[in-house]
Amino acid sequence: MELVPRILEGDRRALARLISLIEDNGPPAQAALAALHPHTGRAHIVGVTGAPGTGKSTLVNELAKGFRRRGATVGIVAVDPTSPFTGGALLGDRVRMRDLAGDPGIFIRSMATRGSLGGLARATGDVVKVLDAAGFAVVLVETVGVGQAEVDIARTAHTTIVVEAPGLGDDVQALKAGLMEIADILVVNKADRPGAAQTARALEVALELGRNNTGPGKSAGWRPPVLKTVALDGNGVAEVLEAIAAHRAYLESSGLWNYREQERARADLIGALEREMLARLLARMGEAALEEWTARIVRREADVYTAVQAMLESL
Amino acid sequence: MGERIRVLIAKPGLDGHDRGAKVVARALRDAGMEVIYTGLRQTPEMIVEAALQEDVDAVGLSILSGAHMTLVPRVIQGLKEAGLDHIRVFVGGIIPDEDVPALKEAGVEAIFGPGTSTQTIVEAVRRACGEG
Repeated sequence: MELVPRILEGDRRALARLISLIEDNGPPAQAALAALHPHTGRAHIVGVTGAPGTGKSTLVNELAKGFRRRGATVGIVAVDPTSPFTGGALLGDRVRMRDLAGDPGIFIRSMATRGSLGGLARATGDVVKVLDAAGFAVVLVETVGVGQAEVDIARTAHTTIVVEAPGLGDDVQALKAGLMEIADILVVNKADRPGAAQTARALEVALELGRNNTGPGKSAGWRPPVLKTVALDGNGVAEVLEAIAAHRAYLESSGLWNYREQERARADLIGALEREMLARLLARMGEAALEEWTARIVRREADVYTAVQAMLESL
Repeated sequence: MGERIRVLIAKPGLDGHDRGAKVVARALRDAGMEVIYTGLRQTPEMIVEAALQEDVDAVGLSILSGAHMTLVPRVIQGLKEAGLDHIRVFVGGIIPDEDVPALKEAGVEAIFGPGTSTQTIVEAVRRACGEG
Protein backbone atom coordinates (compact mmCIF):
# COMPACT_ATOMS: atom_id res chain seq x y z
CA MET A 1 0.00 0.00 0.00
CA GLU A 2 2.17 2.82 -1.24
CA LEU A 3 -0.51 5.44 -0.54
CA VAL A 4 0.23 5.45 3.19
CA PRO A 5 3.81 6.77 3.11
CA ARG A 6 2.77 9.35 0.53
CA ILE A 7 -0.09 10.54 2.74
CA LEU A 8 2.23 10.83 5.73
CA GLU A 9 4.52 12.98 3.58
CA GLY A 10 1.63 15.30 2.76
CA ASP A 11 0.79 14.10 -0.75
CA ARG A 12 -2.72 15.45 -1.30
CA ARG A 13 -3.46 13.31 -4.32
CA ALA A 14 -2.71 10.14 -2.38
CA LEU A 15 -4.96 11.44 0.39
CA ALA A 16 -7.81 12.04 -2.06
CA ARG A 17 -7.35 8.59 -3.60
CA LEU A 18 -7.42 6.78 -0.28
CA ILE A 19 -10.61 8.59 0.72
CA SER A 20 -12.28 7.23 -2.43
CA LEU A 21 -11.06 3.72 -1.64
CA ILE A 22 -12.51 4.04 1.85
CA GLU A 23 -15.83 5.20 0.44
CA ASP A 24 -15.89 2.21 -1.89
CA ASN A 25 -15.06 -0.02 1.06
CA GLY A 26 -12.45 -2.38 -0.31
CA PRO A 27 -9.76 -4.47 1.42
CA PRO A 28 -6.98 -2.08 0.30
CA ALA A 29 -8.69 0.66 2.30
CA GLN A 30 -8.65 -1.48 5.43
CA ALA A 31 -4.95 -2.20 5.05
CA ALA A 32 -4.22 1.51 4.68
CA LEU A 33 -6.35 2.42 7.68
CA ALA A 34 -4.49 -0.13 9.75
CA ALA A 35 -1.15 1.40 8.74
CA LEU A 36 -2.39 4.94 9.46
CA HIS A 37 -3.95 4.13 12.81
CA PRO A 38 -0.80 4.75 14.92
CA HIS A 39 -0.62 8.25 13.42
CA THR A 40 -4.14 9.24 14.51
CA GLY A 41 -5.39 10.78 17.72
CA ARG A 42 -3.88 14.26 17.44
CA ALA A 43 -6.52 16.26 15.58
CA HIS A 44 -9.29 18.19 17.29
CA ILE A 45 -12.43 16.90 15.59
CA VAL A 46 -15.16 19.53 15.49
CA GLY A 47 -18.64 18.66 14.22
CA VAL A 48 -21.02 21.22 12.76
CA THR A 49 -24.64 20.16 12.50
CA GLY A 50 -28.10 21.71 12.22
CA ALA A 51 -31.14 21.98 9.99
CA PRO A 52 -30.80 22.63 6.23
CA GLY A 53 -30.21 26.26 5.41
CA THR A 54 -29.05 27.39 8.86
CA GLY A 55 -25.65 28.30 7.41
CA LYS A 56 -23.47 25.34 8.35
CA SER A 57 -21.24 25.56 5.28
CA THR A 58 -20.79 29.30 5.62
CA LEU A 59 -19.90 28.89 9.29
CA VAL A 60 -17.44 26.11 8.45
CA ASN A 61 -15.85 28.40 5.88
CA GLU A 62 -15.41 31.15 8.48
CA LEU A 63 -14.19 28.78 11.19
CA ALA A 64 -11.61 27.35 8.82
CA LYS A 65 -10.34 30.85 7.99
CA GLY A 66 -10.13 31.59 11.71
CA PHE A 67 -8.16 28.43 12.46
CA ARG A 68 -5.79 29.22 9.60
CA ARG A 69 -5.16 32.71 11.01
CA ARG A 70 -4.24 31.01 14.28
CA GLY A 71 -1.78 28.83 12.39
CA ALA A 72 -3.68 25.52 12.48
CA THR A 73 -4.14 23.39 9.37
CA VAL A 74 -7.70 22.30 8.67
CA GLY A 75 -9.25 19.25 7.04
CA ILE A 76 -12.93 19.54 6.13
CA VAL A 77 -15.41 16.75 5.47
CA ALA A 78 -18.75 18.00 4.17
CA VAL A 79 -21.57 15.47 3.92
CA ASP A 80 -24.64 15.80 1.71
CA PRO A 81 -27.42 13.27 1.11
CA THR A 82 -27.49 10.50 -1.47
CA SER A 83 -30.74 10.03 -3.39
CA PRO A 84 -32.56 6.95 -2.10
CA PHE A 85 -33.90 6.38 -5.59
CA THR A 86 -30.95 6.79 -7.95
CA GLY A 87 -27.93 6.53 -5.67
CA GLY A 88 -26.75 9.85 -7.05
CA ALA A 89 -25.93 12.94 -5.02
CA LEU A 90 -25.39 16.64 -5.48
CA LEU A 91 -22.62 17.81 -3.20
CA GLY A 92 -22.81 21.58 -2.98
CA ASP A 93 -20.98 22.60 0.17
CA ARG A 94 -17.91 23.83 -1.73
CA VAL A 95 -20.01 26.69 -3.11
CA ARG A 96 -19.79 28.37 0.31
CA MET A 97 -16.11 27.55 0.78
CA ARG A 98 -14.63 29.48 -2.13
CA ASP A 99 -12.52 31.56 0.23
CA LEU A 100 -10.52 28.51 1.20
CA ALA A 101 -9.29 27.71 -2.32
CA GLY A 102 -5.57 27.85 -2.94
CA ASP A 103 -4.55 27.35 0.68
CA PRO A 104 -2.27 24.32 1.04
CA GLY A 105 -3.16 24.20 4.75
CA ILE A 106 -6.73 23.24 3.88
CA PHE A 107 -8.19 20.10 2.37
CA ILE A 108 -11.90 19.86 1.60
CA ARG A 109 -13.69 16.65 0.76
CA SER A 110 -17.39 16.33 -0.11
CA MET A 111 -19.03 13.04 0.82
CA ALA A 112 -22.40 11.54 -0.05
CA THR A 113 -24.24 9.64 2.68
CA ARG A 114 -24.68 6.56 0.43
CA GLY A 115 -27.64 5.29 2.41
CA SER A 116 -26.58 6.13 5.98
CA LEU A 117 -29.27 7.83 8.03
CA GLY A 118 -27.55 9.37 11.04
CA GLY A 119 -26.37 12.57 9.32
CA LEU A 120 -23.00 11.18 8.24
CA ALA A 121 -21.80 8.62 5.72
CA ARG A 122 -20.70 5.18 6.88
CA ALA A 123 -17.15 6.07 5.89
CA THR A 124 -17.05 9.54 7.48
CA GLY A 125 -15.36 8.33 10.66
CA ASP A 126 -12.62 6.61 8.67
CA VAL A 127 -12.12 9.63 6.43
CA VAL A 128 -11.71 11.79 9.55
CA LYS A 129 -9.04 9.36 10.76
CA VAL A 130 -7.15 9.70 7.50
CA LEU A 131 -7.19 13.50 7.71
CA ASP A 132 -6.04 13.21 11.32
CA ALA A 133 -3.16 10.92 10.30
CA ALA A 134 -2.29 13.26 7.43
CA GLY A 135 -1.49 15.86 10.08
CA PHE A 136 -4.39 18.31 9.99
CA ALA A 137 -4.61 19.96 13.41
CA VAL A 138 -8.35 20.49 13.16
CA VAL A 139 -10.88 18.38 11.29
CA LEU A 140 -14.21 20.08 10.69
CA VAL A 141 -17.07 17.70 9.92
CA GLU A 142 -20.21 19.20 8.44
CA THR A 143 -23.21 16.87 8.60
CA VAL A 144 -26.10 16.80 6.16
CA GLY A 145 -28.88 19.19 7.02
CA VAL A 146 -30.49 17.29 9.86
CA GLY A 147 -33.88 17.12 11.52
CA GLN A 148 -34.10 16.16 15.15
CA ALA A 149 -32.53 12.78 15.65
CA GLU A 150 -29.47 12.53 13.42
CA VAL A 151 -26.90 12.58 16.17
CA ASP A 152 -24.07 10.37 14.85
CA ILE A 153 -21.80 13.39 14.80
CA ALA A 154 -21.64 13.43 18.60
CA ARG A 155 -19.84 10.11 18.52
CA THR A 156 -17.41 11.21 15.82
CA ALA A 157 -16.48 14.67 17.10
CA HIS A 158 -14.77 15.92 20.25
CA THR A 159 -16.73 19.15 20.07
CA THR A 160 -20.18 19.37 18.50
CA ILE A 161 -21.62 22.68 17.33
CA VAL A 162 -25.36 22.79 16.70
CA VAL A 163 -26.33 25.63 14.37
CA GLU A 164 -29.78 27.16 14.62
CA ALA A 165 -31.34 30.08 12.77
CA PRO A 166 -34.20 32.39 13.74
CA GLY A 167 -37.71 31.39 12.81
CA LEU A 168 -37.36 27.62 12.70
CA GLY A 169 -39.63 26.71 15.58
CA ASP A 170 -41.02 27.72 18.93
CA ASP A 171 -39.43 27.18 22.31
CA VAL A 172 -40.90 23.69 22.65
CA GLN A 173 -38.59 22.58 19.83
CA ALA A 174 -35.69 23.55 22.04
CA LEU A 175 -36.92 21.22 24.77
CA LYS A 176 -37.11 18.11 22.62
CA ALA A 177 -34.65 15.29 22.93
CA GLY A 178 -32.07 14.64 20.25
CA LEU A 179 -30.12 17.31 18.46
CA MET A 180 -30.22 19.85 21.29
CA GLU A 181 -28.73 17.35 23.71
CA ILE A 182 -25.56 16.74 21.74
CA ALA A 183 -24.55 20.39 21.51
CA ASP A 184 -21.32 21.44 23.18
CA ILE A 185 -21.74 24.85 21.58
CA LEU A 186 -24.99 26.36 20.29
CA VAL A 187 -24.83 28.91 17.51
CA VAL A 188 -27.72 31.09 16.42
CA ASN A 189 -26.62 32.03 12.93
CA LYS A 190 -28.22 34.71 10.74
CA ALA A 191 -28.47 36.72 13.94
CA ASP A 192 -29.16 39.89 11.97
CA ARG A 193 -32.61 38.53 11.17
CA PRO A 194 -35.73 39.20 13.21
CA GLY A 195 -36.31 36.68 15.96
CA ALA A 196 -32.66 35.93 16.67
CA ALA A 197 -32.87 37.19 20.24
CA GLN A 198 -35.95 35.04 20.92
CA THR A 199 -34.29 31.97 19.45
CA ALA A 200 -31.20 32.52 21.60
CA ARG A 201 -33.37 33.05 24.66
CA ALA A 202 -35.38 29.86 24.00
CA LEU A 203 -32.13 27.93 23.81
CA GLU A 204 -30.88 29.49 27.04
CA VAL A 205 -34.11 28.61 28.81
CA ALA A 206 -33.94 25.04 27.55
CA LEU A 207 -30.39 24.80 28.90
CA GLU A 208 -31.52 26.18 32.26
CA LEU A 209 -34.41 23.75 32.59
CA GLY A 210 -32.53 20.57 32.09
CA ARG A 211 -28.82 20.89 31.94
CA ASN A 212 -27.69 19.46 28.64
CA ASN A 213 -25.10 16.79 28.66
CA THR A 214 -25.69 15.16 32.00
CA GLY A 215 -25.25 11.56 30.89
CA PRO A 216 -22.10 9.60 31.64
CA GLY A 217 -19.13 10.99 29.80
CA LYS A 218 -21.04 14.13 29.13
CA SER A 219 -19.95 17.46 30.35
CA ALA A 220 -21.25 18.07 33.86
CA GLY A 221 -18.90 21.00 34.24
CA TRP A 222 -19.54 22.49 30.85
CA ARG A 223 -22.48 24.68 30.07
CA PRO A 224 -22.92 24.97 26.29
CA PRO A 225 -22.63 28.64 25.38
CA VAL A 226 -25.30 30.14 23.11
CA LEU A 227 -23.51 32.35 20.59
CA LYS A 228 -24.93 34.61 17.92
CA THR A 229 -23.24 34.87 14.54
CA VAL A 230 -23.72 36.33 11.10
CA ALA A 231 -21.40 33.87 9.40
CA LEU A 232 -21.76 35.54 6.01
CA ASP A 233 -19.98 38.65 7.39
CA GLY A 234 -17.82 36.75 9.85
CA ASN A 235 -19.58 38.43 12.79
CA GLY A 236 -19.39 36.49 16.03
CA VAL A 237 -17.11 33.82 14.57
CA ALA A 238 -14.18 34.78 16.82
CA GLU A 239 -16.34 33.95 19.85
CA VAL A 240 -17.18 30.55 18.38
CA LEU A 241 -13.47 29.87 17.85
CA GLU A 242 -12.80 30.83 21.47
CA ALA A 243 -15.59 28.53 22.67
CA ILE A 244 -14.11 25.66 20.63
CA ALA A 245 -10.71 26.22 22.26
CA ALA A 246 -12.31 26.49 25.70
CA HIS A 247 -14.23 23.27 25.15
CA ARG A 248 -11.07 21.46 24.13
CA ALA A 249 -9.30 22.73 27.26
CA TYR A 250 -12.26 21.56 29.32
CA LEU A 251 -12.27 18.10 27.73
CA GLU A 252 -8.57 17.72 28.44
CA SER A 253 -8.60 18.98 32.01
CA SER A 254 -11.67 16.91 32.96
CA GLY A 255 -10.42 13.68 31.44
CA LEU A 256 -13.36 13.63 29.04
CA TRP A 257 -11.07 13.79 26.02
CA ASN A 258 -9.87 10.28 26.80
CA TYR A 259 -13.34 9.12 27.76
CA ARG A 260 -14.82 10.25 24.45
CA GLU A 261 -11.89 8.67 22.63
CA GLN A 262 -12.69 5.40 24.33
CA GLU A 263 -16.40 5.65 23.59
CA ARG A 264 -15.63 6.35 19.97
CA ALA A 265 -13.26 3.40 19.70
CA ARG A 266 -15.90 1.15 21.22
CA ALA A 267 -18.66 2.38 18.90
CA ASP A 268 -16.32 1.99 15.91
CA LEU A 269 -15.48 -1.52 16.96
CA ILE A 270 -19.09 -2.56 17.41
CA GLY A 271 -20.08 -0.99 14.11
CA ALA A 272 -17.28 -2.74 12.25
CA LEU A 273 -18.10 -6.03 13.95
CA GLU A 274 -21.74 -5.77 12.94
CA ARG A 275 -20.90 -5.11 9.32
CA GLU A 276 -18.26 -7.81 9.12
CA MET A 277 -20.35 -10.42 10.89
CA LEU A 278 -23.34 -9.73 8.69
CA ALA A 279 -21.23 -9.98 5.54
CA ARG A 280 -19.73 -13.29 6.69
CA LEU A 281 -23.06 -14.72 7.75
CA LEU A 282 -24.68 -13.83 4.46
CA ALA A 283 -21.76 -15.33 2.59
CA ARG A 284 -22.08 -18.58 4.53
CA MET A 285 -25.83 -18.82 4.28
CA GLY A 286 -25.93 -17.96 0.63
CA GLU A 287 -28.33 -15.90 -1.39
CA ALA A 288 -30.75 -18.82 -1.78
CA ALA A 289 -31.46 -19.11 1.95
CA LEU A 290 -32.13 -15.39 2.14
CA GLU A 291 -34.55 -15.58 -0.78
CA GLU A 292 -36.25 -18.64 0.60
CA TRP A 293 -36.88 -17.12 4.03
CA THR A 294 -38.00 -13.84 2.47
CA ALA A 295 -40.59 -15.75 0.46
CA ARG A 296 -41.80 -17.61 3.55
CA ILE A 297 -42.24 -14.34 5.42
CA VAL A 298 -44.23 -12.89 2.56
CA ARG A 299 -46.42 -16.06 2.42
CA ARG A 300 -47.03 -15.62 6.17
CA GLU A 301 -45.46 -19.00 6.92
CA ALA A 302 -42.88 -17.46 9.24
CA ASP A 303 -42.17 -14.11 10.79
CA VAL A 304 -38.77 -12.37 10.73
CA TYR A 305 -37.79 -13.43 14.24
CA THR A 306 -38.55 -17.09 13.62
CA ALA A 307 -36.64 -16.84 10.36
CA VAL A 308 -33.59 -15.32 12.06
CA GLN A 309 -33.53 -18.05 14.73
CA ALA A 310 -33.86 -20.79 12.13
CA MET A 311 -31.23 -19.26 9.85
CA LEU A 312 -28.70 -18.89 12.64
CA GLU A 313 -29.32 -22.40 13.93
CA SER A 314 -28.84 -23.89 10.50
CA LEU A 315 -25.21 -22.74 10.44
CA MET B 1 -20.85 -1.07 -2.89
CA GLY B 2 -18.90 -0.53 -6.10
CA GLU B 3 -17.20 2.54 -7.37
CA ARG B 4 -19.42 5.45 -8.15
CA ILE B 5 -18.72 8.01 -10.87
CA ARG B 6 -17.77 11.36 -9.36
CA VAL B 7 -18.04 14.49 -11.48
CA LEU B 8 -17.03 18.06 -10.74
CA ILE B 9 -19.26 20.70 -12.32
CA ALA B 10 -17.64 24.12 -12.38
CA LYS B 11 -18.17 27.50 -13.91
CA PRO B 12 -14.85 29.13 -14.74
CA GLY B 13 -14.72 32.77 -15.69
CA LEU B 14 -16.90 35.69 -14.87
CA ASP B 15 -20.29 35.12 -16.44
CA GLY B 16 -23.02 34.63 -13.88
CA HIS B 17 -25.34 32.26 -15.71
CA ASP B 18 -25.37 28.95 -13.90
CA ARG B 19 -28.72 27.54 -14.93
CA GLY B 20 -27.21 25.23 -17.54
CA ALA B 21 -24.59 23.99 -15.07
CA LYS B 22 -27.32 23.26 -12.53
CA VAL B 23 -29.48 21.40 -15.05
CA VAL B 24 -26.53 19.21 -16.01
CA ALA B 25 -25.55 18.66 -12.36
CA ARG B 26 -29.08 17.56 -11.59
CA ALA B 27 -29.24 15.23 -14.60
CA LEU B 28 -25.97 13.53 -13.64
CA ARG B 29 -27.21 13.20 -10.07
CA ASP B 30 -30.40 11.57 -11.33
CA ALA B 31 -28.26 9.20 -13.36
CA GLY B 32 -26.73 7.94 -10.11
CA MET B 33 -23.50 9.93 -10.11
CA GLU B 34 -22.00 11.94 -7.27
CA VAL B 35 -21.80 15.50 -8.51
CA ILE B 36 -19.65 18.08 -6.78
CA TYR B 37 -20.98 21.50 -7.65
CA THR B 38 -18.58 24.39 -7.09
CA GLY B 39 -20.64 27.36 -8.15
CA LEU B 40 -19.69 30.51 -10.00
CA ARG B 41 -16.46 32.32 -10.80
CA GLN B 42 -13.95 29.56 -10.40
CA THR B 43 -10.41 30.09 -11.58
CA PRO B 44 -8.72 27.23 -13.44
CA GLU B 45 -6.48 26.76 -10.38
CA MET B 46 -9.49 26.39 -8.09
CA ILE B 47 -11.04 23.84 -10.44
CA VAL B 48 -7.88 21.75 -10.60
CA GLU B 49 -7.51 21.83 -6.83
CA ALA B 50 -11.14 20.81 -6.28
CA ALA B 51 -10.82 17.99 -8.84
CA LEU B 52 -7.77 16.71 -6.97
CA GLN B 53 -9.30 16.86 -3.50
CA GLU B 54 -12.56 15.31 -4.63
CA ASP B 55 -10.82 12.58 -6.67
CA VAL B 56 -13.29 12.95 -9.53
CA ASP B 57 -13.45 10.94 -12.74
CA ALA B 58 -14.63 13.84 -14.87
CA VAL B 59 -14.83 17.63 -14.88
CA GLY B 60 -17.64 19.52 -16.60
CA LEU B 61 -16.96 23.17 -17.44
CA SER B 62 -19.84 25.49 -18.23
CA ILE B 63 -18.78 28.58 -20.14
CA LEU B 64 -21.02 31.19 -21.72
CA SER B 65 -18.66 34.12 -21.63
CA GLY B 66 -16.67 33.39 -24.78
CA ALA B 67 -13.47 32.92 -22.80
CA HIS B 68 -13.31 29.17 -23.46
CA MET B 69 -10.20 29.32 -25.62
CA THR B 70 -8.17 30.62 -22.68
CA LEU B 71 -9.94 28.96 -19.74
CA VAL B 72 -10.33 25.41 -21.02
CA PRO B 73 -6.69 24.83 -22.01
CA ARG B 74 -5.59 26.25 -18.65
CA VAL B 75 -7.75 23.76 -16.78
CA ILE B 76 -6.46 20.87 -18.90
CA GLN B 77 -2.87 22.03 -18.49
CA GLY B 78 -3.37 22.34 -14.73
CA LEU B 79 -4.82 18.84 -14.49
CA LYS B 80 -1.80 17.50 -16.40
CA GLU B 81 0.65 19.29 -14.13
CA ALA B 82 -1.12 17.90 -11.07
CA GLY B 83 -0.78 14.38 -12.49
CA LEU B 84 -4.51 14.16 -13.12
CA ASP B 85 -4.55 13.44 -16.85
CA HIS B 86 -6.90 10.51 -16.26
CA ILE B 87 -9.71 13.00 -15.54
CA ARG B 88 -12.00 13.48 -18.55
CA VAL B 89 -12.95 17.07 -19.38
CA PHE B 90 -16.32 18.09 -20.86
CA VAL B 91 -17.37 21.56 -21.93
CA GLY B 92 -20.88 22.93 -22.12
CA GLY B 93 -22.14 26.31 -23.18
CA ILE B 94 -21.87 28.51 -26.20
CA ILE B 95 -18.88 27.36 -28.22
CA PRO B 96 -18.61 28.46 -31.87
CA ASP B 97 -18.14 25.56 -34.30
CA GLU B 98 -14.76 26.85 -35.44
CA ASP B 99 -13.35 26.51 -31.90
CA VAL B 100 -14.40 22.89 -31.50
CA PRO B 101 -11.45 21.23 -33.26
CA ALA B 102 -8.92 23.22 -31.23
CA LEU B 103 -10.61 22.37 -27.94
CA LYS B 104 -10.74 18.67 -28.83
CA GLU B 105 -7.11 18.89 -29.84
CA ALA B 106 -6.39 20.36 -26.40
CA GLY B 107 -7.93 17.28 -24.82
CA VAL B 108 -11.62 17.99 -24.35
CA GLU B 109 -13.64 14.79 -24.45
CA ALA B 110 -16.86 16.30 -25.76
CA ILE B 111 -18.55 19.66 -26.20
CA PHE B 112 -22.25 20.18 -25.57
CA GLY B 113 -23.91 23.20 -27.12
CA PRO B 114 -27.37 24.63 -26.47
CA GLY B 115 -30.13 22.09 -27.04
CA THR B 116 -28.07 19.02 -26.18
CA SER B 117 -30.28 16.54 -24.34
CA THR B 118 -29.25 15.65 -20.81
CA GLN B 119 -29.45 12.01 -21.86
CA THR B 120 -26.68 12.60 -24.40
CA ILE B 121 -24.53 14.18 -21.70
CA VAL B 122 -25.17 11.39 -19.20
CA GLU B 123 -24.26 8.74 -21.76
CA ALA B 124 -21.11 10.57 -22.83
CA VAL B 125 -19.91 10.87 -19.22
CA ARG B 126 -20.70 7.22 -18.51
CA ARG B 127 -18.85 6.08 -21.59
CA ALA B 128 -15.81 8.23 -20.87
CA CYS B 129 -15.67 7.01 -17.29
CA GLY B 130 -15.69 3.39 -18.38
CA GLU B 131 -19.34 2.53 -17.84
CA GLY B 132 -22.08 1.76 -20.33
